Amino acid sequence: MIEVKNVTKSFAGRVVLDDISINFEQGKTNLIIGHSGSGKTVLLKCIVGLLEIDKGEILFNSTDFTRMNFKDKKEVRKQIGMLFQGGALFDSSTVEENVRFPLDMFTDMLPHEKRQRVNFCLKCVKLEKVSKLFPSEISGGMKKRVAIARAIALNPKYLLCDEPNSGLDPMTSLVIDSLIKEITEEFNITTIVNTHDMNSVMEIGDKVIFIYKGQKMWEGTKDGIFTADNQHLNDFIFASPMSKKIRSLAKGGGI
Amino acid sequence: MIRKGLFFHIGRYFILMKKVFAKPEKHKIYYQQFLKEIDNLGVNSLGIVAIISAFMGAVITIQTAYNVQNPLLPSYLIGVAARDSILLEFSSTMVALILAGKVGSSIASELGTMRVSEQIDALEIMGVNSASYLILPKILAAMVFNPFLTLVSMVVGISGGWAIGTLTEVITTQEFILGIRYAFIPYYITYGLIKTVVFAFIMTSIASYYGYYVEGGSLEVGRSSTRAVVYSSVVILMFNLILTKLLLS
Ligand SMILES: Nc1ncnc2c1ncn2[C@@H]1O[C@H](COP(=O)(O)OP(=O)(O)OP(=O)(O)O)[C@@H](O)[C@H]1O
Ligand SMILES: [Mg+2]
Repeated sequence: MIEVKNVTKSFAGRVVLDDISINFEQGKTNLIIGHSGSGKTVLLKCIVGLLEIDKGEILFNSTDFTRMNFKDKKEVRKQIGMLFQGGALFDSSTVEENVRFPLDMFTDMLPHEKRQRVNFCLKCVKLEKVSKLFPSEISGGMKKRVAIARAIALNPKYLLCDEPNSGLDPMTSLVIDSLIKEITEEFNITTIVNTHDMNSVMEIGDKVIFIYKGQKMWEGTKDGIFTADNQHLNDFIFASPMSKKIRSLAKGGGI
Repeated sequence: MIRKGLFFHIGRYFILMKKVFAKPEKHKIYYQQFLKEIDNLGVNSLGIVAIISAFMGAVITIQTAYNVQNPLLPSYLIGVAARDSILLEFSSTMVALILAGKVGSSIASELGTMRVSEQIDALEIMGVNSASYLILPKILAAMVFNPFLTLVSMVVGISGGWAIGTLTEVITTQEFILGIRYAFIPYYITYGLIKTVVFAFIMTSIASYYGYYVEGGSLEVGRSSTRAVVYSSVVILMFNLILTKLLLS
């Protein structure tokens, strides 16, 4: 479980996260949704300590991460798998080496065990065929999937994904979503996913948190989201003409 | 990068170095990185060092010959002067400046690109000491391999001097060899190598510093690699003065 308590973060006086408190539950996919620029990425980076918070606490299984010493922090970090919005693959290594990197660094696995694990992770994201290519030689969506494979290589206890679906076609998105959901439940992981894709929300949103201009506006489940009476949330989820149409039909009892 | 004072940079540089020289987590991986960097920073520089040394050796010889065109001065002095300037100054300092340009900009842009594309963040998240993992192998590789480059430069430089000297007939082979052996002080080589090791540390660590702390986008990566070259060259020249005073007086 990851708990965020009264976290505030500002850049040069501009408040980006404003007194946010969220419980991210174990074994569930916790979704953070919000407009572009609402502070989702900043929140994830604060959680893992890449950005320093101004105020508040961040607890990993009830211990305060922000006040840990370097060594303890490192131990926690080994249990975190993170997918960056841009992928953040190592340019100078092949796909295979990227996924193997955490294994090389932190395990004493034998070469063939590593190979097995790498193949398994690449299979999960349906990328066995490109294992020898370099990141510059694969498509943007493929990079994302490699990054996911790398994030899950060490069987993390916490999985943080920053927009795993952006830039992917709907079919691949579905595959990635169900992969995230599957491993979350199977290994009882605490998963946090940033997204503004409503399909993902419907697919995997065990718990959904809506952030608006750095503030938590709403929290609930994917089923509660349509009946929520928060104006900003409604504007956000019913932004597209199609969903507006569906909504008016639903309201008029047409569905 | 936001404009910050000199002391800010010096302080942050030493904090970074403390992180770089922390105990490596997995020796085997560090060793592999080290070998990669030897190839990348060292072996790949052999060509440029050889070419520049040959030409500079030749130029030094011609200039010295031009300056000692005096019937009272024996012409083997050309060999002596060429040898001493190559051993004392050229093969360590000049080569270091050239490498600061080549190696420094490549290190700064490599690390800078890793920073802006969040690869360094990704390492940190995994629990890797990114500073040590990325920078230590580079510093060590240069400190180990650059003395070899300096030796190559000394040999090639002197050969270049001999070649041009005999080709243009300002000096005969016998005289040149006599000059090279005349009052030879082996310590000059040691002195050149000590300087090289110090310069190797300076150029790699300063370039790493500028690359590692890039903020912003690819534009900043370019700027910081320019800065890396400028500042490491200046610091190399400063330390050249200090070391010369310390080692030769
Ligand atoms: N390093 C930084 N320095 C200054 N401001 C920043 C920095 N990082 C983010 N911000 C600001 O914080 C705000 C939130 O950015 P963030 O990247 O968290 O948005 P987001 O919700 O992830 O958007 P998107 O969906 O487009 O990824 C933005 O207004 C951005 O300008
Ligand atoms: Mg974002």
